[in-house]
Amino acid sequence: MDQDKGTHNGYYYSLTRNMLLVIILVAIMPMIVVSSIILYQFDISYHEKVHAHLEELVLKHKHNIDGFLKQKLGDIRLLGKTFSYEELRDESFLRDRLELLQEIYGPVFVDLGVVNDRGIQVAYAGPFKLGKALYSNAKWFQMAMKSDHVKSDVFLGLRGIPHFIIAVRENYNGQPWILRATVDFVAFNNLVENIRIGETGFAFILNRRGEFQTKPLFDLIANKEPYTDFLKDSEKFQDGVRIIERDDDAGNKVIYVAALLKHGDWLLVYQQKASDAFSDLRRTLRVTIAIMLLAGICIVVIAFILSKRMVNRVASADQEKEMMNEQIVETGKLASVGELASGIAHEINNPVAIMVEEAGWIEDLLEEEEFRGGENLDEFKRALEQIRTQGRRCKEITHKLLSFARKTDSRIQDVQLNDLIEELIALSAQRAKFANVDINVNLQENPPILHVSQTELQQILLNLINNALDAMEKTGGTLNVSSELEGDYIVVEVEDDGPGIPEANIVRIFDPFFTTKPVGKGTGLGLSICYGIIKKMGGDIIVKSTMEVGTTFRVKIPISKDEQTEA
Amino acid sequence: MENNSPTALMGDRMMSEKDNSREKKIKVLLVDDEIGFADILTKRLGKRGMTVTPVYTGTEAVQTIRKNDFDVAVLDLKMEDMDGIEVLKIFKKAYPEMEVIMLTGHGSEKAAKEGIEYGAFDYLTKPCELEDLIKKIHQAARKGG
Repeated sequence: MDQDKGTHNGYYYSLTRNMLLVIILVAIMPMIVVSSIILYQFDISYHEKVHAHLEELVLKHKHNIDGFLKQKLGDIRLLGKTFSYEELRDESFLRDRLELLQEIYGPVFVDLGVVNDRGIQVAYAGPFKLGKALYSNAKWFQMAMKSDHVKSDVFLGLRGIPHFIIAVRENYNGQPWILRATVDFVAFNNLVENIRIGETGFAFILNRRGEFQTKPLFDLIANKEPYTDFLKDSEKFQDGVRIIERDDDAGNKVIYVAALLKHGDWLLVYQQKASDAFSDLRRTLRVTIAIMLLAGICIVVIAFILSKRMVNRVASADQEKEMMNEQIVETGKLASVGELASGIAHEINNPVAIMVEEAGWIEDLLEEEEFRGGENLDEFKRALEQIRTQGRRCKEITHKLLSFARKTDSRIQDVQLNDLIEELIALSAQRAKFANVDINVNLQENPPILHVSQTELQQILLNLINNALDAMEKTGGTLNVSSELEGDYIVVEVEDDGPGIPEANIVRIFDPFFTTKPVGKGTGLGLSICYGIIKKMGGDIIVKSTMEVGTTFRVKIPISKDEQTEA
Repeated sequence: MENNSPTALMGDRMMSEKDNSREKKIKVLLVDDEIGFADILTKRLGKRGMTVTPVYTGTEAVQTIRKNDFDVAVLDLKMEDMDGIEVLKIFKKAYPEMEVIMLTGHGSEKAAKEGIEYGAFDYLTKPCELEDLIKKIHQAARKGG
């Protein structure tokens, strides 16, 4: 039985588990798939958006910077074209021009200088004492001699401060001369430094050799690989913007956006850590995952509760079914046995009746004169009386058999339980006295009126009392009869302290024809009939027995009318 | 419990015999398909001063009743050829003044009660005590007579 229970539990356990898995799978899988698709789409579009934004930003600044440089060159060119070499050689005139420029543009132009074709500065206006400086070896000078204007890289030069030069070449009497201006590094640097997004985004400018033309906001260490790669590929994005993502030395993903300046001489680079650029995306991702986890936990909990509840319901339904099956088997068994019994009883009744009547006929005849005073007359009479008695016994047996199949009087009546029990006790008192049994009665006060068949209830209780007395016949003992209200039932207990019933017999005790009494003493139908009757009433009968201690029968009788099935 | 002590039996019997001697013999039609039972009952009732005609089928009973004038019919409800209740209906229709005592098997009281609704005098469960039957027959005869 325990084994059976074990496999049952295993079955329900696996049922719970399967149900749990199915519910979780069905609920979570679509959520994961949909969320993944949405997240993926969001990721792509967010990347595109960020890239587009950065490209636009860099492109705008490229135009700004290019425009700035072009404008400054234009100013200097205008100066060179408007005024002659002679006029500009005059340092006070030159200083006036510088002041005018500074008045218009602010401190963008640091100084102005006029250089002759040998590289000697012939006039200078500015804060430094450069006097007749010689620029014949300066790179910008050499370039300016070749092309008619030049924008130099940033360099330290004679003054030891980073700056760059804008220079234009003009002719005076067939001799070339150069007007040059120094652009303030700080003012230029601000143009680039102002490009700032998030915490890690910043911009800077490199020349073709990879030297910084502006001061990067953060120290950039050694690895200039991405920048040189940009420079190598420069033809491919002549006018446009190029964007790449690459891991830096520390393993962080970095976005690099680059655009060419100054006709490909300089490279404007904007860089930002991907984690910073996509921080909104990250946040969304984190929130989404948190929500999914939460939903997942909810689903698991609900699935667990749901499957547990469903399996419990299934288990109780199974149990009910099992009980019903048992009851059906029991009822079927009783019914078929009853059928058989009533058939036999009817068959036997007639021959027995004839035998008894024939015996009666002999008795009638013995009354005739011829037999009077016969030697064996008394013996005949005794034998005939015996036939009668035994015939009556047969009749009782067949009546019992027929009661088993069909109820004698199953009319529903109002029954006062206590009166009925008292009556039965009174009926049994003589027998109890004879068997040396004390009877204790402990009844529920004012029990509700029962609506049952009085005859049937009598039959049940009398049967139980008789059985109890039988059990204590040899040894004597105590019979306790009690009644008690328990919810919708009245429970009558018939308790003896006889020898008890062995466990092997307990399971068969309500089976028809099962008896432990000697042959001829019991039919084995009493308890079986009781069982049938009480079940029909909608009640129950339970037996508890301990060897050497005694046996208790509990009869549960339903109180409310609705509880009982109509007879 | 039935009253079955020998003295009581004797008293009962003597009384019934006395009754018989005073009145004319009661004519009884006994219908039972158990031949042995019908025959022995015929003998025993005959010895107690009744004129008993035994028949063994329902059909025979219906035929016989037309020829004779019976006071009381004792009718077994369970027979092979006809349902006792059907026979009863015919009896009561043709001879309403004849009283009918039904014999039923134990547990077939329902049929017997149905019979009473159709006008039967009373019923006894088989196997019955002879004295009970005789008592019932006398009661029926007095009522019908």
